[in-house]
Amino acid sequence: MRWVIGLPALWLLVLLAAPLAIIAVIALAVPADGIPPYDLGFSLDNLWLVATDPLYRDALLRSLRVAGISTLICLLMGFPMALAISRAAPRWQNALLLAVMLPFWTGFLMRINAWIGILADDGLIARLLGTRLLYTDAAMYIGIVYTYLPFMVLPIYARLSRLDPALMEAAADLGAPPWRVFVRIILPLSLPGVAAGVALVFVPAIGEYVIPALLGGPQAQLIGKVLWDEFFANRDWPTASAVAVWLLLVLVVVPGSIVRVIRWLRRAHAVSGANRRAVLGSTASLCGFSAISIFLSVLRA
Amino acid sequence: MGMVAAAIRAVLLFLALGLPARAQDHVVNIYNWTDYIDPAVLTAFTRETGISVRYDVFDSLETLEAKLLAGHSGYDVVLPSNEPTMSRLIRAGALATIDRSKVPNWKNLDTALMKRVESSDPGNKHGAIYLWGSIGLGLNADRLRALLPDAPLDSWALLLDPVLARQVAPCGIVMMDSAIDVIPSVLHYLGRSPDSAAPADLDAVSKTLMAIRPYIREFASGGALEAMATGQVCLAFDYSGDVIQASNRAREAANGITIRYTAPKEGAEIGFDMLAIPSDAQHKDEALAFINYVLRPEVMARITDATHYANAVPATRALVRPELLNDPNVFPTDTEMERFFTIGPSAQPADRLRTRLWARFKAGG
Repeated sequence: MRWVIGLPALWLLVLLAAPLAIIAVIALAVPADGIPPYDLGFSLDNLWLVATDPLYRDALLRSLRVAGISTLICLLMGFPMALAISRAAPRWQNALLLAVMLPFWTGFLMRINAWIGILADDGLIARLLGTRLLYTDAAMYIGIVYTYLPFMVLPIYARLSRLDPALMEAAADLGAPPWRVFVRIILPLSLPGVAAGVALVFVPAIGEYVIPALLGGPQAQLIGKVLWDEFFANRDWPTASAVAVWLLLVLVVVPGSIVRVIRWLRRAHAVSGANRRAVLGSTASLCGFSAISIFLSVLRA
Repeated sequence: MGMVAAAIRAVLLFLALGLPARAQDHVVNIYNWTDYIDPAVLTAFTRETGISVRYDVFDSLETLEAKLLAGHSGYDVVLPSNEPTMSRLIRAGALATIDRSKVPNWKNLDTALMKRVESSDPGNKHGAIYLWGSIGLGLNADRLRALLPDAPLDSWALLLDPVLARQVAPCGIVMMDSAIDVIPSVLHYLGRSPDSAAPADLDAVSKTLMAIRPYIREFASGGALEAMATGQVCLAFDYSGDVIQASNRAREAANGITIRYTAPKEGAEIGFDMLAIPSDAQHKDEALAFINYVLRPEVMARITDATHYANAVPATRALVRPELLNDPNVFPTDTEMERFFTIGPSAQPADRLRTRLWARFKAGG
């Protein structure tokens, strides 16, 4: 049965290592007129340019901020939702979960286009509020939070629904008020779910291109758009690949540090090692998933 | 046994479908701008030649170029603009030379116009002019005059002079989201070479654009047609044909909005869209047959009628709708032709500087 273990390794090699190697090779190439539009070589100019030019740094910082704020909003909205669903009567839980997942039954672009209609100058919300919303940062955040909220709710719910009610009862019996039960029991035990949710929202939100382009204003120069410009407007595949390489480094470092924090917190609360391994495993696979999605977003068009 | 036979047949059918389309398949894959043909032309072509058409559209030259530069795009006829796209594709070796013996209607092309595109394609080896137009201003003259009675409706100053732009801003200014189409016109307006990538020149462009940035309501990719036709904006930096189509839509809607196009007196850029064949096209004969068909006067006249862009087949003049023929914005007079300028090839460092400038302009800081 050795080959069963070999399959995921092969999968990683074909879908993760090989594309990354291709991107790294192109990042070291020199742009040229031709098919494809670069000459292979070993030039660190592109990586250096992306590291030093304020355009990329600013776009990356703005993307990190947008992704961070979106993740925070998703967490603040998603945690209570997950808690409520996990506390609901069992026969309601499936219906509520279905409601969370229902938007996936409709195409992504169609849902974003519906938001354009809702947020437009003559749309519902703009009329109610009397302000211009479409093509602003607010519209962009609405779109991102709307799209990614289920990715926050589901892992937190999965964690909370498996909590042993006896723990909460014991805490209450020992005199802990509800807020204390929440802070000392529920919150620490839900952290692996929170970490998975945060990574699932934060990582794809950094590279998000479509939602800012369709709902955000022209001032929203995010790293996804910069990458698009390098690839399409400048036909500069090496620099586009260099942006992707840096983005990947950031995306691996950020989930990596999340794992560190979780590990530290868990040590503080001394919970079993099996769960810790589960967190590490899920975050590692998230890194892989995000790497693939970046590669796809580079080469898709 | 019947089931096994059926399964084998299904597998064979699957394999046949999976094979790459071969040259003898009678099909041509066309990649064109959106709203840039009379669809009836495609069905008539298939009816006459038996070649079926797979028609796909792009909304930016960048998309077209990226697909062709990646190789094996699968298209047989593509329509790049002469500059900057076609000249770069030629340099990259992405376009095939056209076998004119298979395009007898090549003789219908206007030699003077074909000479103009030789700067992009020496010897006209890689393409024929499909349609051409200019880049200028779309105006809602009634509303502009209401805001500014003596508005210079024939000048770039209306948009590029910040004092005037501020005054017309309340009724809505839209700018096409395209560095390669806007920056040459601004350079020309400033009295500099439209091809310049000199830092001092681009700096001047940047200052001019930044000064009007607060008054721009929207950046439209793929043209500002809809926003103009519905009266959401009253001044647009756009392609001539887009503005004329917007004007027609407003007239059809009878919404009381009158849109007109101006190629400003200081000079406007003209661009040619070319019929070309990718060097790795699988159906070159069918592609040549299509190009030959389109260059027929009666076919090209229908395309001009539908798109409101001028063509390069002089024999169509007797066939296109008179109101288009007499519209100097579609078919400029000879004196107006002198005001127009064309742009030359651009190199990559220049593109990067322009893209940067554009990103800063859009971001507004």
